[in-house]
Amino acid sequence: MLAKRIIPCLDIKDGKVVKGVNFVGLKDVGDPVELAKEYDRQCADEVVFLDITATYEDRGIIKDVIQRAANELSIPLCVGGGIRSLEDFRMILSVGADKVSVNSAAIKNPQLIKEASDEFGVQCVVVAVDAKMREDHSGWDVYIAGGRENTGIDLLEWVKKCEALGAGEILLTSMDADGTREGFDIEMLKTVVEAVHIPVIASGGCGGKEDIADVFEKTNCDAALAASLFHYQEATVDEVKEICAKRHIPVRRNR
Amino acid sequence: MIAVIDYHVGNLGSVTNALRRLDMDVEVTSDPEVILQADGVILPGVGTFPVAMKNLENEHLIEVLNEVKAKKTPIMGICLGMQVLFEKGYEVEETKGLGFLDGEVKYMDDVKAKIPHMGWNQLVINHPHPLLKYVQEGDYVYFVHSYRAHTTDDELIAYASYGGVKVPAVVIKDNVIGCQFHPEKSGEVGKKILLAFKELVSC
Repeated sequence: MLAKRIIPCLDIKDGKVVKGVNFVGLKDVGDPVELAKEYDRQCADEVVFLDITATYEDRGIIKDVIQRAANELSIPLCVGGGIRSLEDFRMILSVGADKVSVNSAAIKNPQLIKEASDEFGVQCVVVAVDAKMREDHSGWDVYIAGGRENTGIDLLEWVKKCEALGAGEILLTSMDADGTREGFDIEMLKTVVEAVHIPVIASGGCGGKEDIADVFEKTNCDAALAASLFHYQEATVDEVKEICAKRHIPVRRNR
Repeated sequence: MIAVIDYHVGNLGSVTNALRRLDMDVEVTSDPEVILQADGVILPGVGTFPVAMKNLENEHLIEVLNEVKAKKTPIMGICLGMQVLFEKGYEVEETKGLGFLDGEVKYMDDVKAKIPHMGWNQLVINHPHPLLKYVQEGDYVYFVHSYRAHTTDDELIAYASYGGVKVPAVVIKDNVIGCQFHPEKSGEVGKKILLAFKELVSC
């Protein structure tokens, strides 16, 4: 049986790890490669590097970080943040990342999803989607530019379009839950998981070990992503997996 | 020396480093002379079947690999590198493969589960083989693919169950080994499989 994946996410700025709470109030917690290796030892199933300021600043440094990480990790690495073109995909994959996550650029140019999946394979194209409940609660809108800009595009329409264009996976962040640490956005996740046939990674809102087990029990998502829970050593990935295993959720354990 | 074949299909850093961490002497190369002198050959690959075959052809590596096979040098194809070891693939367009393993590679639209088959799945051992000597039934390895091999029971060494079908995970015929999953991305279990490959190569 396919294991549910637990994915620590490292937000990176200028080659260092940070974690934003609702995308502001950044706090440095160290070298991404060292931290990623620690997560590998803890039995993380994958690691995500998100270059959070990449849309605005120079990204030369991240290339070196990706290369060092890819060479030292024994688990897959996904990299996102500021991906604009096929050339960006090529650069990131060429230095050793396994997957590339694309967000704003896919909204501006949806064909990028198709071009990237045709050239590099669907499995390395992750579409990251940030979404927020509309004020009238009629559904969710997709936001871009790190949550700064409402596109007015409906979440469900967008994820279905992503799948049709060749996305291999959806990394879904609930902006309503992100930073609250009150648990994942179960309602949004359930709705998206039912709408598409590609894997969905739950993101935003994880505040404790039980939240990860909860999201796997309450939704059919394939993976759960968390940052602060692991960065601030409130829990190890192993400890979360122990809880999942006790609750009969299939997870890969160290033996 | 292990030759990791460079034919421009994805980054080779992680597989090369995984082998080096096991104290293997590794060369990343497309040089026929180096490949023919190697004690073992790794054929990696990420991308699509036709592109991989075209690149092998452009680098004049098809004949070289046939010689390697004839010399009984262990060859391990990983992921797409495994798929091109078969007779034919249907990704993008029907394409002839190397034909070292029996069978064809087809889209997995018959599985009752999400495609791609992406993530950690458990190995079920169909026939014991020295490559899996350190592996226990049920160990998790990392898969990422949308096409799978259709092969004979004899050559099917291990598989993973997914959406009601047996996904060939390790297919072996004589000195030719195909690994659908990525041992270099499969944590401790992956390391053990690469260690067993090292032992196969040196014996």
